[in-house]
Amino acid sequence: MTRTSPQGRAEDGISLPEKLPVAITVNGVARQLRLAPWTTLLDALRDHLGLTGTKKGCDHGQCGACTVLVDGRRINSCLALAVMQDGASVTTIEGLASNGVLHALQQAFIDHDAFQCGYCTPGQICSAAGLLAEGRAGSAEEIRELMSGNICRCGAYPNIVAAIQQAMGQP
Amino acid sequence: MIGFQYSRAQDVADAVRQIAAEPSAKFIAGGTNLIDLMKQDVERPSRLIDISRLPLRSVEETASGGLRIGALVPNADLAYHPLIAQRYPMLASSILAGASAQLRNMASTGGNLLQRTRCYYFYDTATPCNKRVPGSGCSAIAGLNRMHAILGTSESCIATHPSDMCVALVALDATVHVAGPAGARVIAFADFHRLPGDEPQRDTTLQDGEIVTAVELPERGFSAHYTYLKIRDRLSYAFALVSVAAGLELEGDRIKDARLALGGVAHKPWRDPTAETALRGQPASQATFASAATILLRDAKGYEHNRFKIDLARRAIVRALTQAAAGTPQLQSSKKIA
Ligand SMILES: Cc1cc2nc3c(=O)[nH]c(=O)nc-3n(C[C@H](O)[C@H](O)[C@H](O)COP(=O)(O)OP(=O)(O)OC[C@H]3O[C@@H](n4cnc5c(N)ncnc54)[C@H](O)[C@@H]3O)c2cc1C
Ligand code: SF4
Ligand code: FES
Ligand code: FES
Repeated sequence: MTRTSPQGRAEDGISLPEKLPVAITVNGVARQLRLAPWTTLLDALRDHLGLTGTKKGCDHGQCGACTVLVDGRRINSCLALAVMQDGASVTTIEGLASNGVLHALQQAFIDHDAFQCGYCTPGQICSAAGLLAEGRAGSAEEIRELMSGNICRCGAYPNIVAAIQQAMGQP
Repeated sequence: MIGFQYSRAQDVADAVRQIAAEPSAKFIAGGTNLIDLMKQDVERPSRLIDISRLPLRSVEETASGGLRIGALVPNADLAYHPLIAQRYPMLASSILAGASAQLRNMASTGGNLLQRTRCYYFYDTATPCNKRVPGSGCSAIAGLNRMHAILGTSESCIATHPSDMCVALVALDATVHVAGPAGARVIAFADFHRLPGDEPQRDTTLQDGEIVTAVELPERGFSAHYTYLKIRDRLSYAFALVSVAAGLELEGDRIKDARLALGGVAHKPWRDPTAETALRGQPASQATFASAATILLRDAKGYEHNRFKIDLARRAIVRALTQAAAGTPQLQSSKKIA
């Protein structure tokens, strides 16, 4: 089957969708965007707002590299349409540190050497921030299960779990 | 992904009106299955009708002692809802066995029911697939069919329904509330998903233009003796090879009532009343469980790469019923097998 560009529909005589206004607060800053409806939140962050900390791994919900917090809940931004987030508040890895002080999770990842190439790390840290907010993980086993949506091809898992345990011990 | 228009539904009636006016449109809720399939060009809707803001997010007690779950309740919220955790732990466990924490935050109750198969060929537009392009043939029957069905297959399609949550819902005798151009109706869960027959393009008995508004649970939750046991290629974040939802009501060591449903084995969550009948009135023993498994799998048929599933299912059924009887359900946060 031939692949059709987003413009393909115009050839079928169907009018091209207009860009739609999207108002989102990203890391505390209100942003107004005009986006085509097929723009994912991930692409809006990276390509339209220049926030490239959030990574695109698989683009299909299978790796967790694109994890961000939307209204405090962790989600895969590659499977979320930006237009559907209108009015939402988004936190990315760029928004976790405050006043030049690293978030406890960021510091813990450094302390425990919880990465090698670092590509999965923004997603791991945002996911772990969601995990902490949910408050459902106590044991290492529970952390592993509830972090299973974040794949690390470098296999830094033991150190990631240790880092999260350290951050959980901090107020 | 091809271009599409986007609009929001104002209420359920508006959603039904919008889709009737444009049958090539699709509803979008959490988007976790639909956006994925659109990126693969498997789904090519002309418009997405966003139903995610409709007021279908509550879990309410019904007059008959059950619960009514709005179609937009996120999978995570449902699994952790106190009434679900307390009265229907089998359902909570099945939800937590699926996908990842992020996906469960996004995925909706209605969308989970309507998620499509993970058959590799269904996803690959370069290969024939009767479900994707009716009449083009089935690439899986003589191809890679390790994940595929062993029960209720047809010459047209051997795909499985991938949901974990739906396996518990069919075991619990849930019903699906829908609204459509012809009004509202209620569908028994066992009749919601269908076998492929010669129309594998149809996953469910939902009619064109209908929207799922709620899922209702009857009072009985089998909360004392239950399990959801999921067997997969890795310990988490993988679809089931075989999964078993089991619920028992015991009187001493006799089985008074039983529920047994399987995932990963058929085009629909598989529940077999004759296997449940074979459990009723019998002692809760390995021999009873094994004979129920034999009955449930009597017509099982393997293909080149998935024959192992027949034995796997047999053992998983015995294990699950053992866990349920002993009151030691499988925990999704601990992979130790009780
Ligand atoms: C990497 C990955 C792993 C996964 N692993 C598992 C797993 O192990 N177990 C499991 O069970 N699931 C798994 N899933 C699937 C996940 O559970 C489903 O994608 C999700 O439940 C779909 O819900 P949604 O709200 O996102 O649906 P959407 O993607 O929004 O919609 C799916 C379909 O349902 C239709 N629809 C949605 N809501 C309604 C409604 N109210 N009425 C009528 N039609 C509607 C849409 O039009 C669309 O066709 C996985 C998904 C991914 C991406
Ligand atoms: S099993 Fe069904 S979904 Fe898979 S290729 Fe065959 S027809 Fe398509
Ligand atoms: S990029 Fe979103 S999950 Fe992989
Ligand atoms: S650090 Fe390389 S993928 Fe995780």
